Amino acid sequence: MIRALKEKYKTEQVFWGVIFIAPTLIGLIMLNLKPAVDTIILSFQKSTGFGNQIWTGLDNYRRMFHDVEVWQAVGNTFIYALLTVPAIIILSLLVAVLLNQKIKGISIYRTIYFLPVVSTPAAVAMVWKWLYNSDYGLINFLLSKLGIQGPNWLTNPHTALLAVAIVGIWSAVGYNMILFLAGLQEIPKDFYESARIDGASPAKQFFSITIPLISPTLFFVTVTTIISSMQVFDLIFMMIDTTNIVMPKTQSLIYLFYKQSFILNDKGYGAAIVVLLLVIIMFFTAIQLIAQKKWVHY
Amino acid sequence: MKSKTVAIHIVLILGAVIMVVPFLWMISTAGKTFAESVMVPPVLFPKSFQWSNFSSVINKFPFITFYINTFLMCIGRVVCSVLFSAMAAYACARLEFPGRDLFFGLVLLQMMIPSQIFIVPQYLLTQKLNLLDTIPALMIPGLVSAFGTFLLRQFFKGLPKELEEAAKLDGCNIWQTFVKIMLPLAKSGLISLAIFTSLFAFKDLMWPLIVNRSIDKMTLSSGLASLQGQYGTNYPELMAASLLGIWPMVVLFILFQKRFVEGISSTGSKL
Repeated sequence: MIRALKEKYKTEQVFWGVIFIAPTLIGLIMLNLKPAVDTIILSFQKSTGFGNQIWTGLDNYRRMFHDVEVWQAVGNTFIYALLTVPAIIILSLLVAVLLNQKIKGISIYRTIYFLPVVSTPAAVAMVWKWLYNSDYGLINFLLSKLGIQGPNWLTNPHTALLAVAIVGIWSAVGYNMILFLAGLQEIPKDFYESARIDGASPAKQFFSITIPLISPTLFFVTVTTIISSMQVFDLIFMMIDTTNIVMPKTQSLIYLFYKQSFILNDKGYGAAIVVLLLVIIMFFTAIQLIAQKKWVHY
Repeated sequence: MKSKTVAIHIVLILGAVIMVVPFLWMISTAGKTFAESVMVPPVLFPKSFQWSNFSSVINKFPFITFYINTFLMCIGRVVCSVLFSAMAAYACARLEFPGRDLFFGLVLLQMMIPSQIFIVPQYLLTQKLNLLDTIPALMIPGLVSAFGTFLLRQFFKGLPKELEEAAKLDGCNIWQTFVKIMLPLAKSGLISLAIFTSLFAFKDLMWPLIVNRSIDKMTLSSGLASLQGQYGTNYPELMAASLLGIWPMVVLFILFQKRFVEGISSTGSKL
């Protein structure tokens, strides 16, 4: 038995292998694995002040299921994802396809589209808040030139989440465009040549060559974009003031988690909220992992 | 030019305008007097550019400290996570030892879980270590990187094995082979990961916001957030502050554009 193991693993490799993974393993256990378990435990507890926790079983979850604010936040998170995910995918794919043509100035376009990605969300949110300003903002001024009376974007419950979503889309297109561009550049050009000779229209080429061949990238972008849109926090935190009346209509689950855990200091309830988000994200990721077998070609 | 090319340029220019106008508006507003900023119709170009907006926010808020804090946070995270990820990735790609697959499973699991689930216990750990309101606190969540380990493992797997065998024949042990042969070969992967790590550390808002509440321990992100909280309506100054907050990463991006693009491209191949 020991001899068999020795044959399989050479001593030197075992020695260095363990040393090489040690820092990352310890880090992952201390900073991720244990915290994940702790958060789940915390969600069954209530803080009694001074750092003491008492076990309350399913109380936080029971409270959550009757909490209108939580369900509103679930709804807001879904609406935000529905507003941003399709737009991000379509626009970044469109830009990538256009940049994949033989045209001049590709690197200038690429730089410009990528600028929001390297800008810190705190600054991005501030300038958009200013653009959306109902009295002095550039957006409503331009709308008024077209004869449209612009809304109070960030204080109107019908437009606030849309306004935040637009910034979310604007910020994410550049990043995913780069991913798509990398996928597109791997498609051999002669595929399109022969399709053209066969008389396939550009639309037909797009759906029967481009889409299947970039389906792994498309899958990756879809999964990661859904996950990150469900975790939206920065833009809401920066653009919607805590006293803004539209807050219940815009706050996401992560915003609510932040509020409960660090402002209201109810870390147990905050933990239950973040566990709910984990379950939702896992559910959507699992569905996509199953569905990908039908449409992703590796 | 063919009409198709013209059409492509029109669409791309339209998109580029939407991308760039917020930045131009940021610059223009940062140069206005307060009175100019609230004029209707809006003033596109300030009469004379008000550099005083910049000195005024620097006087109110310690931007130099924010730069130093942000820089130290990025350096700490980059050095630790790139080194540790490279070691773990090399072990996963090339060495055989018991528990390797279990370890890699843990790496994949971490990548699939939303990071907010770790935040409260990480905060409590930081508190227990007495590190709240310190620079090391900013580095804590980024000391190791599951994503980095995953990315570099792919990278090491793609390198030819012959070089390691040659090194072995020359009498190098595994550590020497790793440091002298493999790390130099993986340079572009390491740089990609370093860029990636600093970009995400730079943009991170929630963590610096919760661990460091004194103004002199804030990063650019959390500093800007607290600035907005205090001077919410003076937009010329807020825009000057935003420009002060974004220029370092924009300059880095323009200088190392190719690396940024390569780095991001290398992450999207497979889930």
